[in-house]
This record gives sequence, structure tokens and C-alpha cells, in this order.
Amino acid sequence: MATDTLILESNEQHPLMAEEPLRIRSTSLWKRFRKHKLAIIGMSILVVLTILSVGAPWIARQDPYHVDLKAYRKGPSAEHILGTDSAGRDVFSRVLRAGRVSLSVGLVAVSLYVLIGVILGGTAGFYGGWVDSVIMRFADMVLAFPSLIVIITIVALVGPSIYNVMLVIGCLGWPPIARLVRGNVLSLREREFVQAARASGAGSGRILMRHIMPNALAPVIVAASFGMAQAIILEAGLSFLGLGVQPPTPSWGNMLSDAQSFRVLEDMWWLWVPPGVMIALAVLAINLVGDGLRDALDPQMRR
Amino acid sequence: MTRFILRRLAISIPVLLGISISTYLFLSLAPGDPVTAMLSPEQMSSLGPEWVEQQREALGLNKPFPVRYGLWMKEVAQGNLGFSYRGGQPVLDLILERIGPTLRLMATVMVIALALGIPLGVLSALKQYSWIDYLVTILGFTAVSVPSFFLALGLIYVFALKLQWLPTAGMNGVGVTPTFRDSLSHLILPAFALGLAQAAPLIRYVRSSMLESIRQDYVTVARAKGLRERSVIFRHALRNVLIPIVTIVAIEVPGLFGGTVIIEQIFAWPGMGTLAITSVLGRDYPVIMGITLIGAVMIVLSNLLADVLYAVIDPRIRFS
Repeated sequence: MATDTLILESNEQHPLMAEEPLRIRSTSLWKRFRKHKLAIIGMSILVVLTILSVGAPWIARQDPYHVDLKAYRKGPSAEHILGTDSAGRDVFSRVLRAGRVSLSVGLVAVSLYVLIGVILGGTAGFYGGWVDSVIMRFADMVLAFPSLIVIITIVALVGPSIYNVMLVIGCLGWPPIARLVRGNVLSLREREFVQAARASGAGSGRILMRHIMPNALAPVIVAASFGMAQAIILEAGLSFLGLGVQPPTPSWGNMLSDAQSFRVLEDMWWLWVPPGVMIALAVLAINLVGDGLRDALDPQMRR
Repeated sequence: MTRFILRRLAISIPVLLGISISTYLFLSLAPGDPVTAMLSPEQMSSLGPEWVEQQREALGLNKPFPVRYGLWMKEVAQGNLGFSYRGGQPVLDLILERIGPTLRLMATVMVIALALGIPLGVLSALKQYSWIDYLVTILGFTAVSVPSFFLALGLIYVFALKLQWLPTAGMNGVGVTPTFRDSLSHLILPAFALGLAQAAPLIRYVRSSMLESIRQDYVTVARAKGLRERSVIFRHALRNVLIPIVTIVAIEVPGLFGGTVIIEQIFAWPGMGTLAITSVLGRDYPVIMGITLIGAVMIVLSNLLADVLYAVIDPRIRFS
């Protein structure tokens, strides 16, 4: 809770932090990012996964929804390179197709909460006073809920579906972003360049949008990339429990739930290893990219 | 100091209040009725619907929302979290029965995380930029990236199904008198499934703060005094790194609480997570609400603890 603020406040007095504000300059950012070997590896994995997911119908020729009960849980063969599942559907094409679902859940959910977090955090930091108190206590409250339990409850109540999962993660994930933005806005608000803008007669809307936000957003990008990794794990977990994306739509999480049966777990690796590896790869790739972005955006943090 | 703690407690009050209001709102939106939820099924059947109707009048259920909330809160404050729709047991009893196993799992996870995180973090810092450092970094990234439930399935596959070293489910063997050995063997797999991911942030923290620590003046002084390297590292540098770990552990509690839900389900661990999932699937709202409330209180308290410890440990943080 206030631990984050404590840390931020102590950072604000840190002599290193008193330097030029960090702006997102794309060219120098790319230069620094490129030096981060792991981040480049992550980026490459992510590009490959995206191509595989988007191009799924052309790469895997089998129909991921085609039920063939004669092909019940068959092992890998020339026709089905990763075998078939409990409804005789082709696992390979389902794994690829599931990538679309999982990646888009992550992307949409995180975009949603970043938007909410930036608006609320920016408002709280810029206006201060009671507006700040109300918003931040609200954030504290949302953070204090045992989130997974609240998420499964809401999803079960409104009905599990891909859109509800996006919406619920999106509506509950914003507090850390709001805190981050608020902290940055608070410290930026007092800086000379903002005061100069104010002195030259800029209105508060213009100051917020033109002078403060561009400087406050760099850490948000980093938080958003780690957030996306978490959202993908969360969606997979929910779908694994049967409370997320519903079959027949494939998602990496709901494909894994077959492995709750020990028979599948022990004898039919093709049903559970591929989707699990895909989740791990996607999440790892995104985490590596996030780490690279963090180092690239914050030169002081570089090792 | 006392003032700081009181102030932090005061901040927690609106948070808890907000949580209870939204919980109550949710309970009243959910099918069923918040006050009949407070009656056990035996009471319901023996007293009959007329009595319930009367009671509803008497309790002021037709009164405005704040009054109804107040009545509900009064019951909650007295420890009546309502009764399960399914079994009819008091929710508080159900939770108390399940909280022990969950805490046991969480504590073991933390022990594993610390036992892995601290040595690996120190090693990584002392051998900065060596292949060990890179290996530890990559392992750390992998540990946070593999979802706990996939790791759990992998662990079950290897250690329970193929090697048959460890049991696949439960907290104790069926029909066996629980021994320490038996309990431990049931704990290992679920605790590792969660512990590896929890170790990663610790490694990261210990590494970076160790790197910072070994460049401090007091470490240089210790070296200049001619102390052995081992003594410099462990007695002087590491000591200051270790203290703030208490707060990191406290910060990780809420996330860990969420993590136990899925892992408990996979390992049929009789904790709050399995209770939560059965209640959600069975639409047992009073139980869900009870778990949410208790969970929120646990999280608020652990955050409070983290803040207070942070302030106690580091005198440079002022309590204003």
C-alpha cells in the first residue's frame, strides 16, 4: 500500500532523479533496447508467436473446430502433427489459434486498465487535495481485494467468456498504474519546466497533456508490458479452472485443463505440453521485452 | 512511531469500510437475500416463512440501504459471516477450518522462496556479469514466466507419476495417521510449484541491493581493516541486504494468496482456495463473501505490517 509511495518519495529526493526528465525518444530508445540481448531474444520470440497466431489458418491447415470422434485423443501422426484432443480436433491448429485468444486477452485487458490507471492517476496527481485522497483510497481498496477470488466470482456470476475475462481483468488491474502515474505527476508538477509553462499562461489541461503526461508515461510502458505477461497467465489460469474462455474456442489455459486427469497427464503429453510451453514462451518473451524497455527507458537503472 | 502506526491504521479504516460496503452490495445483488443468508437452514425450516417475514420487518429489511448495511455489519462484527447455502454450516467455521492448511502452504512457499532467493541473489551479485549471473537471471525470468499450474502439472508428471516419489494430492495420506514425514511429502510439490516463482523477485532484489551494498564505505572499511573476504561479505555487506527482506515477504503475501487458489485446486489441498472454487461453482455466495472479507483483512494487515516494518527497519524513512 503506502510502501510504494514511501519508496517513491525517498526516490524523489535521490540526487540522480533530479536530472533531466526522461522523454520517450524513439531513436535513442531503440539504440539502448538493441543492446539488451535478452530483450532482443524476447522480441524475436514474440514476433514469431504473433505471426504463428495471426497466420494460424494458413500455417495449420486443419480446422481447429472440426470434431472427429473417431480420432479421440490420438497421438501425433503425419496428419495431426500434435495429435488430436478429446473431441478429435487437431491440437496443433488449436494451439496456434489459441495464441490469438490469449495474446488478445492480454493486450485488451492491459490497454483497458492502463487507460483507466492513467486517467485516474493523472487526475489524482495533478489536482491533489480531496480528489487525490478519494481516488487513491479507492485504489487502495481495489488492491486490498483478494483479486483472484473476486475475479473468479465476478466471472462466474456474469458468465465466463473471453470478453468478460478481458473486462474483469481490465477493471481490476488499474491501481498500480494509477499509483505510478500519480507519483510521477506529483513530482513533475513542481518542476521548473511546468512552472515555466504555467507562468507563460498555459491552462491546466494543456500543462497536463503537453508537459506532464509525456514525461510521466515512460514507466507506464514498462509496467504495462509486465502487466500483459501477468494478464496472459491470469487468463490461462481462469480458463484452466473452466472460468475463462469457454470451449470450443481454444485458449492455452482451457487446453491445459484436460491434464487435470492423470491419464492424460501421464500418457498423452501432446494434449498438455504444447499449450503450457506456449504460455511460458509468450510470457517469458513479454517479460524479457519489458525488462529491456525498463533498462532502455531508465538509464540510471542500467547495470 | 506510534503516531505513524496510528495514522496507517486510520488510512486502513476507509479501505476496509469500502471493502465491506462493496461486499455487501454484491451480496444484495446476488440471488437470495442477505438476512436469510444469516439464518441456518435448521432455523429456517423450524421457524417457517411467516416468522422470516416477521423477522424481516423487525430487522428492518424494508429500511433504506444504510440501515440494512448497518445491521449486516453488526452481525459481521460479532463474527457472524452468515451460513453456507449448501451445507448450512456457519461461514466463519468453514473458513477457520480451511485457513490453517492455506497458511501452512503459504509459509512453506515463502521458506522455499527465501532459501532459493537469498543464496542465488548473493551469488549472482558476487559473480556479476559471469555466466553464473546470466544463468541465474535467465532462470529467474523463466521461473516467473512459467505459470504455476503448468509447473505443478510438470512436477506431478515427473515426481508423482513417473518417479512415484511423492503423492499427487491432499494434505495427508488417506487412512494413515498423519506423521511429519507424510505431511512433508504432501507439501513439497504444491509448495515448489509456487515457491520457484516467488523466489525470482527475491533474487532480483538481493542481487541489486547486494551490488549496492558492497560498494558502501562501511564495506570498504571492513576490507581495509583486513577482514577476510567471507567475513566482509556475510557479516557486513549481507546483513544490511537481509533486513528489508521482511518487507518484501509481506508485500508478496497478497499475490501469494491468489496463487494458492489454483495450486490448491490441482493438489486437492483442503485450504481456502479449494473452498473458494467450490463455493464459486456452487453459487454459495455467503461463503464467497466471507472468504473475500477475510482475505481483504489479511491483505490490509500484511500491507500495514510491511509499511511499519519498513519504517522500523530503516531509520532514514521519517514517519511524517
